[in-house]
Amino acid sequence: MGRVGKKRSIDLGFRLGTGAFALVLVVIVCAIGFELTRQSMLSIEKFGFDFWRTEVWDPVAGQFGALPFIWGTLYSSLLALAIATPIALGIAVFISELCPNWLRQPLVFLTELLAAIPSIVYGLWGIFVLVPAVRAFETSMPSALRQLPMFSGPPLGVGMLAAGVILAIMVIPFTSSVAREVLKSVPAAQREGAYALGATRFEAIRAAVYFARTGIIGAVMLGFGRALGETMAVTMVIGNNPKISASLFAPQYTMAAVLANEFTEADTELYLNALIEIGLVLFVITLVVNSLSRLLIWSMARPARQDAAAVVVPAAESAA
Amino acid sequence: MTGMISTGGRKVMSSLFVALCTLSVLIALVPLAFVLFFVISEGVQALNFDFFTKMPKPVGETGGGMANAIVGTLMVTGLGSMFAIPIGIMSGVYMSEYAGTRFASLVRFAADTLNGVPSIVIGVFVYGIAVLPFKQFSALAGGLALGVMMIPIIARTTEELLLLVPGTMREGALALGATHARAVFSVVLPAALPGIVTGVVLALARIAGETAPLLFTAFSNRYFTTSLRQPIGTLTVMVFTYAISPYKDWHRQAWAGALVLVSIVLLCSLLARFATRKIEGLHSN
Repeated sequence: MGRVGKKRSIDLGFRLGTGAFALVLVVIVCAIGFELTRQSMLSIEKFGFDFWRTEVWDPVAGQFGALPFIWGTLYSSLLALAIATPIALGIAVFISELCPNWLRQPLVFLTELLAAIPSIVYGLWGIFVLVPAVRAFETSMPSALRQLPMFSGPPLGVGMLAAGVILAIMVIPFTSSVAREVLKSVPAAQREGAYALGATRFEAIRAAVYFARTGIIGAVMLGFGRALGETMAVTMVIGNNPKISASLFAPQYTMAAVLANEFTEADTELYLNALIEIGLVLFVITLVVNSLSRLLIWSMARPARQDAAAVVVPAAESAA
Repeated sequence: MTGMISTGGRKVMSSLFVALCTLSVLIALVPLAFVLFFVISEGVQALNFDFFTKMPKPVGETGGGMANAIVGTLMVTGLGSMFAIPIGIMSGVYMSEYAGTRFASLVRFAADTLNGVPSIVIGVFVYGIAVLPFKQFSALAGGLALGVMMIPIIARTTEELLLLVPGTMREGALALGATHARAVFSVVLPAALPGIVTGVVLALARIAGETAPLLFTAFSNRYFTTSLRQPIGTLTVMVFTYAISPYKDWHRQAWAGALVLVSIVLLCSLLARFATRKIEGLHSN
């Protein structure tokens, strides 16, 4: 073999070697889906689709219905989204459009810190600080309002409201940092054009946000994906009661929380399989939500670059 | 424009909007301040030398510490990084060196997907492959779960940092007759190394604070062990157990544990911030 041939085979070896490590990532993702399906076969075969339509979760009686967990997961995540989205977008706009330069880095650091605090610490804080505060808020609510189904039930403190608030705190940094990146990719010409037409600051930013809308929806969805799978903090404040309720005050349960609480207690094969099936569905839901949100963010970032290229190309042609 | 609004009205609207954005920043900083305040004030009262050196006392007795759990956290995080760092860095190298290929896009997709998988689901997965077959919770399984979570973070950080290295450096090495592997390992990777180390440190800090993937892999243990095949206590799981317990003294220790966890995160973030500043400084010079 000549020197060039030898070098080529070394290069091929490098490609295959690093490629083998990269393959591990793909294998893990496939293995998660496969393993969770395999381990939950018993429950899938026994209950089929009824698993997701049944309201009763009674492990002692061998009755497994996952509807309360789906309900609790969606309710808490949507509640968190409703609280977090306006705040997160406000932060993103403030940092990327309004804030003086010297303040930008410290603010980015602080929001990143909000994301870096471990879930268990939020949970601990939730139990001893947030839940008593929520309880005080619930007790102080006028009884006329307490008649509404949204605020019915005893003021326990633990429950959907506390879970929504703590999830919102945890989701804000994710949504705001992606939204900030998306806003950064809006061409300056968008804002300058608006200003040139005599727009106020609000109107110029509105134009930029409108331009970035797909990416911003992606950012919000990414936050939703995080909220769906969040475990410890929610487990510690939601009250862990598998009962569907519209009330913000009622203790409820989520998919992630039931896994955290009951997994090591599952004493029958079927119980364990039912829990793993909940894990499987959580995996599939977050996979779909995350892929969709990345697709939106990605489709937003690309046309912006193409536009920039389109501006350059005619200039080059006219020069030729 | 329909419904002409007066210039004054538009200006008021604009100021209102600016005020609302500023307000949302303040709203987000309130919980951060509250969490840090309580963790520090409660934690400092509870933290003492015993916390680091003593073993947990039997239920009902006050005092004692979490020495076993601190060792446990170090062990599972160490185990996790032992296989996550090589896999993560190598796949990062692949994604940046063969960036245009279809397989690289697939790996990138897999990394982002894995990054978004809830940590509790990773726990369930590892339970299926590393606990059920051996009928035994173990430190090894805990390390495996944390490693699976670390791989995508390290892979994506490595990829991004390698792409920042000027192409001319790689081309220079190749022009001198280096093989592709040589160019990457002797020129490109060393240039990006400070950043990669920072990324790994941040990933370690994040992983050390994880609880959910350890609940049914490493499980928990109130006794001291360094065995890989035995269940092992960790700081996070212990804070969880103590926080939901009815004992006052356990709550006190949970706050101490939280303070230790937050200190680790804060220290790593500050270090990383300092390091990236330095790197940026070097590049601009």
